Amino acid sequence: MAVISVKDLVKTYIVGEVTVRALRGANMDVEAGEFVAVTGPSGSGKSTLMHILGCLDRPTSGQYLLDGKDVSRMSKDELAAIRNIKIGFVFQGFNLLSRTTALDNVELPLLYNGGSKMKTAERHRRAMDALGSVGLADRYHHYPNQLSGGQQQRVAIARALINQPSIILADEPTGNLDTHTSVEVMGIFQRLNIERGITIILITHETDIAEYGTRLVRFRDGRIQIDQQITNRRDAAKELAALPPPEPDLPNEPADVVPADHLGGVS
Amino acid sequence: MSILMTFRIALKALNRNKMRTVLTMLGMIIGVGAVITMVALGRGAQATIEDQVKSAGTNLINVNAGNFQAAGVRQGQGMATTLTADDAAALRDVPGVQYVAAGVNSRGQVIAGNQNWSTRIEGTDVDFPDIRVWPVRYGMFFTQQDVNSAAKVAVLGSVVADTLFGPDVDPTGQIMRIRNQPFKVIGVMTSKGQGSFGQDQDDTIFTPYTTVQKKLQGIQHINNISVSSVTANTAPVAAAVGEVLRARHKLGPGDPDDFMVRTQEEIASVRTETTRTMTTLLAAIAGVSLLVGGIGIMNIMLVSVTERTREIGLRLAIGARGKDVLLQFLVEAIVISLFGGLLGIGLGFGLSAAVENFFQWPTSIPPNAIGMAFGFAAATGVFFGFYPARKAAGLDPIEALRYE
Repeated sequence: MAVISVKDLVKTYIVGEVTVRALRGANMDVEAGEFVAVTGPSGSGKSTLMHILGCLDRPTSGQYLLDGKDVSRMSKDELAAIRNIKIGFVFQGFNLLSRTTALDNVELPLLYNGGSKMKTAERHRRAMDALGSVGLADRYHHYPNQLSGGQQQRVAIARALINQPSIILADEPTGNLDTHTSVEVMGIFQRLNIERGITIILITHETDIAEYGTRLVRFRDGRIQIDQQITNRRDAAKELAALPPPEPDLPNEPADVVPADHLGGVS
Repeated sequence: MSILMTFRIALKALNRNKMRTVLTMLGMIIGVGAVITMVALGRGAQATIEDQVKSAGTNLINVNAGNFQAAGVRQGQGMATTLTADDAAALRDVPGVQYVAAGVNSRGQVIAGNQNWSTRIEGTDVDFPDIRVWPVRYGMFFTQQDVNSAAKVAVLGSVVADTLFGPDVDPTGQIMRIRNQPFKVIGVMTSKGQGSFGQDQDDTIFTPYTTVQKKLQGIQHINNISVSSVTANTAPVAAAVGEVLRARHKLGPGDPDDFMVRTQEEIASVRTETTRTMTTLLAAIAGVSLLVGGIGIMNIMLVSVTERTREIGLRLAIGARGKDVLLQFLVEAIVISLFGGLLGIGLGFGLSAAVENFFQWPTSIPPNAIGMAFGFAAATGVFFGFYPARKAAGLDPIEALRYE
């Protein structure tokens, strides 16, 4: 059974006098364990699809089955619970809480998942596990402004993993990163996808980043234009080994901690 | 999410911006502090008045001559000449009456040796010290014999005695002149201080009322009658006194009283009421600062919500429900106001103590004022925190995440 099943998805915004038809009938099934790269130019509808798949938004019409359940008509609170448990989000702008340690940032989703009943030690243990799986266990007490962009994105991935979701939605996760750290981050996604079988939906407009996935979906004008398996998939781990050693991980300037763009425009 | 966790999140969020938190709290601190100080001042003033009322005598009923009307011309209050010593005597038989003293007031220049002084001359009766609970310091008060014979004897208030004979001197037996007539000083009253209307009760001379009537004024009537009732329940006695006087003055059912009966309670209640009004007014003005403090909280919370739009968006994206976000911001506002309220209570105590020390104004902080100020602070937090919190909870996660 498909983890995600989308049928005739339509999303129409009304902005003042103008009606924006962001999605004009998208159909897509995603099987468990797939790594889908969604690409397309700005305004093609990929971000809108991402919002709907992430249960942040509801379609105007059409059906969205998540694990066989129709979530398109669920209440706000039910959607919040799904976002908390089933889906992990990774954003372009990391969206870490400033002046909050990596550990506290990673623990955040637990607070909305009965985590308050969980003992503090148990929360810390789970957060440390998640940080360990992105190789940042030793940076748990660091604040975002003491971490490089790549490290911040890895903290954000750890946060997405804390509730052991079956799906990770990554919206331009490498948009603010240099080539080397981009490969690093994609390596983490590939590892999570292969080792843990987590379904990954990656939104990107960089075609080379899309090639780390198993399947390419290309949007144009609110419809899916191309939907195909990726034949010569790139392997981040191998590329990383071949790349020259990275420049030392320097902490970013505080101004870079909260980059401007995250989810992109309404597409 | 449990409420404890919400509090911890709120504390963390407030801790992240200490300066702003403290400044916001300042509004609350000053507001609550001001309310408590003002109430303390008001209560202190009220306590002072109660003391003064007690010093005026207990269970006191005053009967004053009323206005006088002749051929349609109304004279002022106290001008009626219908009140007489016989009226006073008749009041002794009214049930519940303990002491009665007829009174005739005058003023005059008094001379002793090379000193002179203008003062009040109160003609009264032998019951006077009992009615006013006012003991004699030197010598004795005049007797029934003195009243009957309109003797030229004087009992001095302490101010008059100090002025004419010097402080701490017993002038008993000395001769003084009141309006150029020789009077024998037979006693000095203890010092009583300010009366309930601020007049100096010690700046006066007491003589038998008959002496003032016959020797000083040449009148038959009296100006007032002081009555004290047996119990503190003066109202029914006052009513009975009024009825007796009406009957004696042969007033018909439609005729207005030609006298006025006032109980000390009534007089006191007017002043207490005045002070209470002042206290309320002061507290209300202080309350405005509390209100302004509350608006300050709302202001900062609104700024905070705008500033933390992305944080809110993220929290919503990772599974916070609207009510989780609402609660978080509401609790932040409540923590600010409660903590500010707590510090404000401390400030109120400090200010009250300072006022008492530096200005010698009596203050008293009623316990319920603390509870009220604290409760009001909490209510302010909830009231002014709710709108920003609801605004935060109502944010669209997509818009919020995209917010710059």
